[in-house]
Amino acid sequence: MRLELPAIPKNHVLRCLHFGICILLLTPLLASARSMAPLKSDDISWLRRDGFGLDTASVTRYRELGRSGLLDAQLADRVNDPLPPAIASLINGYQAIATTPQQLLMELDAAQQHIKALPDGPDQAAAKKNLQDMGNQLQQQAQQAELLQAVYGPNQLKEQLVWFWLNHFSVYAPKGRVRWELGDYTQNTIRPHALGKFRDLVMATLESPAMLEFLDNNQNAKGHVNENYARELMELHTLGVGSGYSQQDVQQLALILSGVGIAPTNGKPEKFNPKFAPLVVRNGLFEFNPQRHDFSDKVFLGHTIKGSGFDEVTQAVDLIVRQPACGEFISRQLAEYFVSDNPSPALVKKMAHTFQRTDGDIGKVMRTMIESREWLAGNNQKLESLKFDDPMRFVVSSVRLAFDGKPIANALPLVYWLNQLDEPLFGRITPDGWPLDGASWSSSGQMAKRFDIARAIGNGNNLLFTPAGSTARGAGFPMLTTRLYYDAIEPYLSPATRDALAKANSQQEWNSFLLASPDLNYR
Amino acid sequence: MNRREFLLAAASAAVALPTLSFSGKLFAAPASSPRFLFVFLRGGYDCNNLLVPYSSDFYYESRPTLAIAKPDANNPNSAIALDANWGLNPVLRDSIYPLWQRKQVAFIPFAGTDDLSRSHFETQDNIERGQAIGATGNYRSGFLARLSGQLANVPTIAFTNDLPLSLQGSDKDVPNISLRGNTNSSFDARQSAILTDMYRGTPLASATADGLELRKTVSKDLMDEMAKAGRGAPSARNFATETQRIATMMRDKYRLGFVDVGGWDTHVNQGSVTGGLANNLKNLGEGLAAYADALGDEWNNTTVVVVSEFGRTFRENGDKGTDHGHGTVHWVLGGKVNGGRIAGEQIAVTQQNLLQNRDYQVLNNYRDVLAGLLGRMWGLQGNRMQAVFPQAKPRDLQLV
Repeated sequence: MRLELPAIPKNHVLRCLHFGICILLLTPLLASARSMAPLKSDDISWLRRDGFGLDTASVTRYRELGRSGLLDAQLADRVNDPLPPAIASLINGYQAIATTPQQLLMELDAAQQHIKALPDGPDQAAAKKNLQDMGNQLQQQAQQAELLQAVYGPNQLKEQLVWFWLNHFSVYAPKGRVRWELGDYTQNTIRPHALGKFRDLVMATLESPAMLEFLDNNQNAKGHVNENYARELMELHTLGVGSGYSQQDVQQLALILSGVGIAPTNGKPEKFNPKFAPLVVRNGLFEFNPQRHDFSDKVFLGHTIKGSGFDEVTQAVDLIVRQPACGEFISRQLAEYFVSDNPSPALVKKMAHTFQRTDGDIGKVMRTMIESREWLAGNNQKLESLKFDDPMRFVVSSVRLAFDGKPIANALPLVYWLNQLDEPLFGRITPDGWPLDGASWSSSGQMAKRFDIARAIGNGNNLLFTPAGSTARGAGFPMLTTRLYYDAIEPYLSPATRDALAKANSQQEWNSFLLASPDLNYR
Repeated sequence: MNRREFLLAAASAAVALPTLSFSGKLFAAPASSPRFLFVFLRGGYDCNNLLVPYSSDFYYESRPTLAIAKPDANNPNSAIALDANWGLNPVLRDSIYPLWQRKQVAFIPFAGTDDLSRSHFETQDNIERGQAIGATGNYRSGFLARLSGQLANVPTIAFTNDLPLSLQGSDKDVPNISLRGNTNSSFDARQSAILTDMYRGTPLASATADGLELRKTVSKDLMDEMAKAGRGAPSARNFATETQRIATMMRDKYRLGFVDVGGWDTHVNQGSVTGGLANNLKNLGEGLAAYADALGDEWNNTTVVVVSEFGRTFRENGDKGTDHGHGTVHWVLGGKVNGGRIAGEQIAVTQQNLLQNRDYQVLNNYRDVLAGLLGRMWGLQGNRMQAVFPQAKPRDLQLV
């Protein structure tokens, strides 16, 4: 089934002096062209929480598959329509995505050796600057790749989860070699496990160069133990602070994790003591180095773990994710992000029960949440009980609505907007990730800035359609008065927002008001 | 356009406008009432190269490449003697030292918190919460918000991009705006009124109204100010430009303010009288001096407190930098501050007196010292001060 609509005479709209009148003229035309009833309020409410806001493709898919069909397909990761070719080719053109992490880190290593060999002076300074520029570029490419997938990805539920997990297992780009590892982290660590078993996701992050670098486990070795990752693995990633583990558990876990790190990237073969060689574990850039491991027996979360090598780590992770506290902690965070700043204990309990019953199956936990009454409780309710969008969702959903699947040529403006709104991807310096509640994003200064960005998108005064390196200005302002708008948004607008839109003097202004409206900033 | 004109424009743009929901802070406070600016140096600045313990041989042993030379009239790169034990980093010669000579700045060494985590975010959060160590309860409640709640007619503002924890948890909206970047208002009065109306009756009504109104006020005030001073920089390139803007706001409209300055986490190659730390201190000093200058007479009604989450290791590390430490040096500045002295409890700077053989002890807990200072400024005692700093034991260092 395809939604066809007689082309809205764009020039007609543009030529109108009194914009409000245009709307009046257009409305009957649209009404008569409608081949089916508009989606009901709770369909829209459901769908707006299912993805980063609406676009025509998501509405069409919902109509084709139905609510439960769409949910099944999303959770089974079967919504795999290809990205628009222009977007796919942008993403595949990024070195951060196209080059293997092994290759990137080897090049970095070589460049660092080269710099070391240069005498102090302008050549060395220039080489250092080149390297920094390279790192910054790779970071921006990884940010753009992630944002483009969030905007154009067909499985919007999965796209939200990818952001959620990137934030839950947050890494900070400027630290160490992290900028060189971000593309790998999003594409190979988080994305493939976003809908899978939580344990596999924890293990993937545990073995990822970005996390090993960010939380210093790469430095954690017998004799000079670094507890940073061990502590955050329990406090932030799995169990939550105050869930019952002790400082002793942190210290024991740090010993268990000693030797877990990143393989050398200098291209030379590693030499191991023959006694240890069979215990080495390699997986891409991940390396368990038994020579750096503390082989003593440990007591962790009340269980004895025999000193045996990497197997201790898998045992410890199994123990952690099976604690009831883990299912509760993860369920609560998911519910806080997707449903409510203060999710009901009943909902969290139900989700935690699913987590426990399914051995941490993320898809099943999501289903419990989405099929709960609370998922739709926000429908027709006061804004107080809805979620206020964080900047990521505001930017991505605004671009989705404004361009409705049309490929942009440059995703850097999205990166900059998130910087301006203080929620850059990979920009949280502390390992706790960006806050999930609305209050953290709605101070007066943040509201004013959000409106600035709504304006930048609405009036087209941006570089979204200016390819990188080009100076040509892009395609002008978007037309937000689309079929999608009249079908899915206009019927449910609040009177205050209707008033505001009616006062707009131009399409650009109208766009900005709509994108700034409470109707589109709460879900 | 002034506030009155804005209201008129808003009223004509909207049909019915009984009251605008501004949360009160924009109404003028009495002209000569006290002003307080809290400056947070995020990252843990190296206080030992600000306030140089030059009488300590241990200092020179501990910092082979980072130490600042003992005061020497013939050496412009030597510390400036403040008393028989302490010297000032010479990069502050033209900014902070003149304030010292006018007795308008005091330093409190061995200052800080009970938090021994030496973790940036944990210690910053603890300071901003201002609770006793180990206290549970509202995590999102800052001591400046509680202070603001105890005071009438003390309009409060954060000069930051987001609302810092210090100012979270207030029952009224605390506005925030960074004066670092471009502060121009994107929307004209009509558009602002439409956006404000659109959020009327929502939970964000007052944040929206304040945010848009503040942009407009700031744009206008700064435009006047820049025209007067013949400057037109759209964004603040240094802290002095920013503090001049802050002074404009604090002189006319606000009485309690917050600003932060980053970049103090100098693990590597921090330098002494040149280099990264010196540049930061110079920028900070110039900013504070510019703030004093720009406030004019109101500098006499102003107190500025500069803090950082912790000090750094007393010894330099293997990378010509310093690592996370504990006790630090807090600054107190103002026209009527009882300055020109090193305040608070002190001990000799020796290896034996280091905490864990690593860093400065804390002898002057910031909660007690601030409770004493703020109590004097605003006459807050007993339960009212306990509401700001629960379980603090206010210590009056006679700073104001």
